[in-house]
Amino acid sequence: MSVAPDASTQAQRAARDSGVEQAARFEAVIGLEVHVELNTATKMFCGCAIDFGGEPNVRTCPVCLGQPGSLPMINVKAVEYAIRLGLALGCDIAPSSQFHRKNYFYPDMPKNYQISQYDVPICLGGQLEVATADGSRRVGITRVHMEEDTGKTIHMAVHSERGAISGRIHGAEYSLVDYNRAGIPLLEVVSEPDIRSAEQARAYLTELRAIVLALEISDAKLEEGSMRCDANVSLRPVGHSVFGTRVEVKNMNSLRSLGRAIDHEIARQTELLSSGQPIVQETRHWNEDTATTSTLRAKEEVFDYRYFSDPDLVPVEPDSDWVARLRAELVELPAARRSRYAAEHGLAPGTAALLQSSGLAGRFDEAVSAGAPPAEAAKWLTNEVAAWCNERSVDPVTAALPGAHLAELTRLVADGTLSTKLAREVLEAVLAGEGSPGEVVAARGLAQISDTGALGAVVDTAIAGNAAAAQRVRDGNTKAIGALVGAVMRATKGQANPGLVNELLQARLKQAGER
Amino acid sequence: MSLSTDDVRHVARLARLALSDQEVESLRGELSDILAYADKISEIAAADVPPTSHAYPLRNVYRDDIPQPSLPADEATAAAPQAEEGRFRVPRIVEEP
Repeated sequence: MSVAPDASTQAQRAARDSGVEQAARFEAVIGLEVHVELNTATKMFCGCAIDFGGEPNVRTCPVCLGQPGSLPMINVKAVEYAIRLGLALGCDIAPSSQFHRKNYFYPDMPKNYQISQYDVPICLGGQLEVATADGSRRVGITRVHMEEDTGKTIHMAVHSERGAISGRIHGAEYSLVDYNRAGIPLLEVVSEPDIRSAEQARAYLTELRAIVLALEISDAKLEEGSMRCDANVSLRPVGHSVFGTRVEVKNMNSLRSLGRAIDHEIARQTELLSSGQPIVQETRHWNEDTATTSTLRAKEEVFDYRYFSDPDLVPVEPDSDWVARLRAELVELPAARRSRYAAEHGLAPGTAALLQSSGLAGRFDEAVSAGAPPAEAAKWLTNEVAAWCNERSVDPVTAALPGAHLAELTRLVADGTLSTKLAREVLEAVLAGEGSPGEVVAARGLAQISDTGALGAVVDTAIAGNAAAAQRVRDGNTKAIGALVGAVMRATKGQANPGLVNELLQARLKQAGER
Repeated sequence: MSLSTDDVRHVARLARLALSDQEVESLRGELSDILAYADKISEIAAADVPPTSHAYPLRNVYRDDIPQPSLPADEATAAAPQAEEGRFRVPRIVEEP
C-alpha cells in the first residue's frame, strides 16, 4: 500500500475544521495479510514430515536447520496448492515466479533468512466477494505468494528463587528454539485496501477460510495458528481518495479478536486525528486481555530485509496444461455452494455458511444424496455433530460420520424408531465409532417403545405409584402430567415414545375423571 | 562504481557488523572494486539481454511430497553451541533498555 505523507495532515485539518460527529467524518481503509499453513505431508523445501506436538526438533534435517552445504528443493504439492488457491481467488498464475531470501536477525529461522517470494509471486490480482449486512463488496486480492513457516521460540527469564521460567521476550535471559515448524509451507494472501469496517474484515476472513477449507489445502484454524491474520488500518476524511498513515496490527487469533482489534484501532486513530495529533506509522500488537493495541515496532525500526533471489532455487514456471487441469478440477467454491443449497435444498444462507465454516458441507452433501431430508441433515450437523466435534477437538472433516449413517439416523427418527433424545445418544455412539445407527440401536437395545400394549402397563404402574400427581391432573392441573411422563421414561430408560406416553396418560386420567 | 563511507556503514549496520573507521575505509575500496568488476557485465549485456538471477537454464526442479527420515533428535542439536531440553539455546534477543 502506498502512503501519502500529507494524508494524515489533511485528516487532522478536516477534524479541526468541522463540528459534526467525529467518527462519521472518517472512513477506515483496511487491508489484510493472511498466512495459511498448508497441510502437505512434508515441508516446503525438505522431506521432513509435517505433524504437531511431540518432542522439539524431531522433524528437522540439515535443510530446515540451515546446515552448510544443504540444498532446498521445492515441494511440488505446495506449488499445486498455491495455484489452486490462486485460481479460486481469480488470480493470474504467473508464467514465471521465483523465490527470494528475506534476511533478518531473529533466531526463529536457523538460516538467518526466510525463503519467500518478493517481486514475482506465483499469483497476482484476484478478488473475493464479501457479503455483510450492508450488502456485498468486492475485495481485491493483490497477490498470493509461497514462503516457509518459522520455528517456535520460548523466552526464558531466570529468577533467583524459581529458576528459569518461560515468559515474555523483554527481560528474558535467553531463548529456546524448536524448529519442527520451520519450513512448513505457507501461502500469504495479501488483499487490496478495499475493506472499510471490522465487519467486512471478518466477512473477508470467513470467506477466505471457507475457500481454503473447500480446497482442503489447510485446516485453517485461527486459534491454533494454522491461519493467521494481520491488518493494515488507516483513516481518511470521507470523500478523500488519498490514504492516511497506516498502522499494522498483529496477533489476532480469532475472528472475534480481528473485529475487536480493528474497531479499537479505528477508535484510537479517530481520537488522535480529532484532537489534531498525527498518526505514527508503526506496527502494533493486539492484546486480547486488555482489548487494546500497543507499539511493537516504530517506523524507524522497519526492517530492511535485503531481499535477493535465492540462488539455490530455480524459477517456478507452471506449464499451461497443468494450470488448465487444476482449473478444471477446481472444487465447487463456497459462494456457489451456498447458492446451490438455497436453490436446491431451501437452506438459509446462514445455515449454509455454518455448514461450510464448520467443515461439514461435504458431510451434508453425502447425507442428502443418501436420502436425508436436507433440513434435518443440516440441523443435526450444525448442532449435534459440530458441538460433539468441538467438545472433543475432533476435526469435523475427519469425524466418523459417513453421509449414509446420518441419512439412516434421520430415517429412524422419521419412522418413530428413535425419539430425538435417543437419536442423540445413537449419533454420539456412531461418532465414537460403534457402527451404523442401526447397529448401535440393536447393540444397545435403544429402539423407542411405540407399542401401545407394552407402554400401557408401564403407564398404569406410573399412575399407581404417583397417585398425588395423577389426582392433580384429574383436577385440571395439566402441568402435573410431567411427573408421570418422567416416571414412565425412567421405567423405560428413556425409550418410551414420548408422544404416545402423553396420549396414553391423558386417555387414562380422563377416563378416571369421568368415572 | 565508487561507494561512499555512508554506504559502507549502512551495509555494515544491516549485517550487524561493527566496523572501525579504518575498516570502513579499506572495505569501501574493496567493495567498490567488486562492484566495478560486476559492472563490466553491463558493457557486454545490452538492453536486449534480460537480467537473470540464475546461471543455468533450469526450471521447475521439484520434489514429490513424500516424507523422508528426519535427523535423530540428539543429532539435530549436536552442533549447537548450547542446547537445553532438546531445544537450541540462543543468547538474549532483546537487550535490556
